[in-house]
Amino acid sequence: MTVVEQPAMAASPVPGVPIVQMRDIGVAFGGVKAVDGVSIDLRAGEVVGLVGGNGAGKSTLMRALSGAHKADSGEILLDGKPVPIANPRDAKAVGIETIYQNLALADNINAPGNLFLGRELTTGVGSLDDSSMEQATRKVMGRLNPNFTRFRAPVRNLSGGQRQSVAIARAVHFNARILIMDEPTAALGPAETAQVRDLIRELKKEGLGIFLVSHDIHDVFDLSERISVMYHGRLVGTVNKDEVTPDDVLGMIILGKPPTKLTSADRAELQH
Amino acid sequence: MTETVAAPSPGLGLRNRFNELVRLTELDGRLLGMIVTLIAIEIGFGIYTGGNILNPVNLLTFVTQAIEIAILATGMVLVIVSRNIDLSVGSVLGVVAMVYAVLMHEVYPTTIGVNTPYGWLLALAAGMGLGVILGGIQGFLIAYAGIPSFVVTLGGLLAFRGLIFDISGGSTQAPDDKQFVTLGGGPLGSLGGTMSWVLGAILGVAIVAYLFYNRRQRRKFGFPLRPMWAEVGVAVGGILIVIFGVLVSNAYHWPIGLIKQYAAEHNISPNGLDFEAGIPWPLVILLVVTVAMTFLSTKRKFGRYVYAIGGNPEAAELGGINTRWTIMKIYILMGFLCAIAAAISSAQINGATNDLGQGYELLVISAAVIGGTSFAGGVGTIPGAVLGAIVIYALRYNLQFIGLPSNNQDIVIAIVLVAAVAFDTYTRRRST
Repeated sequence: MTVVEQPAMAASPVPGVPIVQMRDIGVAFGGVKAVDGVSIDLRAGEVVGLVGGNGAGKSTLMRALSGAHKADSGEILLDGKPVPIANPRDAKAVGIETIYQNLALADNINAPGNLFLGRELTTGVGSLDDSSMEQATRKVMGRLNPNFTRFRAPVRNLSGGQRQSVAIARAVHFNARILIMDEPTAALGPAETAQVRDLIRELKKEGLGIFLVSHDIHDVFDLSERISVMYHGRLVGTVNKDEVTPDDVLGMIILGKPPTKLTSADRAELQH
Repeated sequence: MTETVAAPSPGLGLRNRFNELVRLTELDGRLLGMIVTLIAIEIGFGIYTGGNILNPVNLLTFVTQAIEIAILATGMVLVIVSRNIDLSVGSVLGVVAMVYAVLMHEVYPTTIGVNTPYGWLLALAAGMGLGVILGGIQGFLIAYAGIPSFVVTLGGLLAFRGLIFDISGGSTQAPDDKQFVTLGGGPLGSLGGTMSWVLGAILGVAIVAYLFYNRRQRRKFGFPLRPMWAEVGVAVGGILIVIFGVLVSNAYHWPIGLIKQYAAEHNISPNGLDFEAGIPWPLVILLVVTVAMTFLSTKRKFGRYVYAIGGNPEAAELGGINTRWTIMKIYILMGFLCAIAAAISSAQINGATNDLGQGYELLVISAAVIGGTSFAGGVGTIPGAVLGAIVIYALRYNLQFIGLPSNNQDIVIAIVLVAAVAFDTYTRRRST
């Protein structure tokens, strides 16, 4: 891939050490523990699927990693070293990029403006360098979505797929080492979904670590190496994709138990 | 890539073809619409009055009246774009105007002396500092204490109005500084005929230079170019507006009384003396404010962040933008603009009354809204708001001219205000 122009973090990954380790993470809203003591990790060149029912805490866990919501407890290690992530700026500074479920685009601003939101390119006198930003956006979009031409229209006027590609472009342009994708295909048609899947495979090949949050068990099975299942804020377990069936994972999502601990009553319930 | 270079496709209806042409010029359709509205208002009243109203002095008068509101409206756009409101602008203007007047009228005579070459600048600096502080306090309460802007600035509206009485002791104060009062315009507060043409020439060159720069940038980056006829059209249109502005300003000559006074002071005969007043200083100030605010809002990070916050506050936050500091800065800027408008206000009437600026907040908000600023946030332009202020005063002046009582003028302006918003709502619904 040619998108990578300068690495966000020069340090090369330490062999054998996961690029991300989230240890014993807790996030509470008022008295409700949305995430309760969850530990997961991610290696370079790997996709970890994060699945669970509604309110299982997947998105909240990822928001703690992306800096959108500070974790109340636990620690986050990058390349084995603890890093404080208190806000989105911190996360981006260490190469963590996020594609949010709602895309987090400012609808009144055009694609280049959104791609560089908070990280605008400026001229020598500190003014916005719109030409350079548009040029960079044309370059990234040329790869992600070659049919995209509306670089000056507010993203409000774009289709769902086009908006999605702007959000994805924003994440990949800045040379992320770690990509969080929260339901990246939820709003897309079949052709666009296939495009996103291809992109994920390509990014994986380039050595990015990707957390893929999804409701779509087929997406997850198709793309991930490992699958972490959450249930009511807790981690049910992390399984290697090759060692389980989609039904096993569905069982974990619905019952909140690893396949090895299922009772015959549980199996009976799943049959229905 | 073909999007902006495509020629109007054949087979379109006349109306669509017109829209296509406007799109190719890349001018803001909403802004063009306002200019057309303004021209229509003038022609309409011109016909109604048998041409009486269409003379340069009338045109210049209502534009000059609109200046304070227009200056404040440039800041109000950013306030409303960021999903906030500022009801305190009239009161802040009143406080600062009173401070100008008290400094020059009461403090200077016993300290640095009156009519010193720098006294008025000191007063301006003090007033601008005060405006920034009052704006900053309100901005802090809104951005960091999280109190709704409506509440904070409603408090400001009441508190600062009360403060004016404390400063003035209840009486009207006159700044009485020769330099200061030129900020208000009038024959002595204008550029004069020759300098007006010089300014016009500078503006003309600036327009052409800007267009050239833009075209060169696009070519450099390989972006689609605007068709040549559109470039030339925009340049010619811009220059014609400048020439028209200078001609209108220069049509106003010094009154005979002032000429006699001038002649007496210079020991010459008043016979045959004739001076063109030219562009008034407040209009020059408005021009500078409009260009600066447009630049700030479209070409600086600050402006980009204001619009991002208005478009999607969560996205702005997730983008790593310091949203609180940005909001506070908007109010600081608003306070600064209040101080500029206060100088023009009090210089114009050479006095600061206790009710100066009362009710301005509603006119300023109206100007911004007529100019296309949306209360939903994220949408609005600086030039639109300036034109909005001019439309309001054009209507007011013309309605007054034909003898409509002021209460009925308000009814007309109210209808225009609501109609403008209805129009925006309609077009936005159609475009999405």
